[in-house]
Amino acid sequence: MSYAPYAVAVWLLLAGLFGIVTSKNLIHLALCVTVAQSGTYVLLLAIGYREHGTAPIFSDVPRSRRAVDPVVQALTLTDIVVGVTVAALLLALAVKAHERTGTLDPAELRELRG
Amino acid sequence: MTRQSRVGLCAVGLAGLAALLAWGIAGLEPFGHYPGPYGTILNAVEPQERHAANVVAAVVFDYRGVDTLGEELILFCAVMGLAFLLRENREENTRSVRDRASSDAVRAVGIVAVPVVVLLALDLIAHGYITPGGGFQGGVAASAGLLLVYLAGDWRAMRRAGPLRLVDVAEAGGAAGFVVVGFATLIAGGAFLENLLPLGTFGKLTSGGTIPVANWCVGLEVSAAFVLIFLEFLEEIMAERARDR
Repeated sequence: MSYAPYAVAVWLLLAGLFGIVTSKNLIHLALCVTVAQSGTYVLLLAIGYREHGTAPIFSDVPRSRRAVDPVVQALTLTDIVVGVTVAALLLALAVKAHERTGTLDPAELRELRG
Repeated sequence: MTRQSRVGLCAVGLAGLAALLAWGIAGLEPFGHYPGPYGTILNAVEPQERHAANVVAAVVFDYRGVDTLGEELILFCAVMGLAFLLRENREENTRSVRDRASSDAVRAVGIVAVPVVVLLALDLIAHGYITPGGGFQGGVAASAGLLLVYLAGDWRAMRRAGPLRLVDVAEAGGAAGFVVVGFATLIAGGAFLENLLPLGTFGKLTSGGTIPVANWCVGLEVSAAFVLIFLEFLEEIMAERARDR
């Protein structure tokens, strides 16, 4: 059990990468990127967890309480928000690709066209 | 390359990556046994050093402020790229498109929810460095408030509530504000983004020095960025409707 969260993180990353490589649809591909990305969140939060640790916010718990690592939480929270905007950019690219070529299948987007 | 060969090649590569990752994880401490030391040190010294009750916020806006500035600029660039892509060749005038997306029930709930969500968002940003929350989380919540205007009213109501030009300015202003904080500390004689303002009392709104300033800049930037994403995609849909008419 003690390594299960790390295994989840690895599984999310691998499943996301597999989805990206084998994707037949650009929207599906953008979502696979976010799945792979969420593996890093699970990994970061799992590394920072301390047994019986509380959130590192001392507004209503004594400062001596054992708390989890705030650094990995900070990394995760900024990246969740930034990751969504990057996913939105990927989806905008998908919209434009569909507009120009009429398809969302990455395998059919072989040539560069001006 | 055929599909089968691609899947096969990918499976081989992923198996190798899985083995490497398993090897790496075997060297980690078991879950729950945090090895430290940074988190432990920060939790111990932050309340004295920065007086912000939320250590995560202190890390985001102060200890790792430069990193957050970089993240914020990624967000800015991603949203600008999206706007450039979607605005290109858009000629349709969407102002006259009538669009009532929702039922009466959704509209009624939406009207009640708009002020609640916006207040919640402002609370999340304002107390972000004292209680759980902050500019990133509150900014996303605030943008959801504007999306609810679309659900409760219609497309034109949303455009009136968040005019594109104003949202553009808010986005740029939020991003620039963080950079200005950095340069202001340089001019004042400190290091880039060094916390030079009075730190205030622990657990009070005035605590944290430059943390609240950076926090509000990020809140403005994130909410404007998400509103911009919603507006651009909705505009795309409305342009299509205008074309079909």
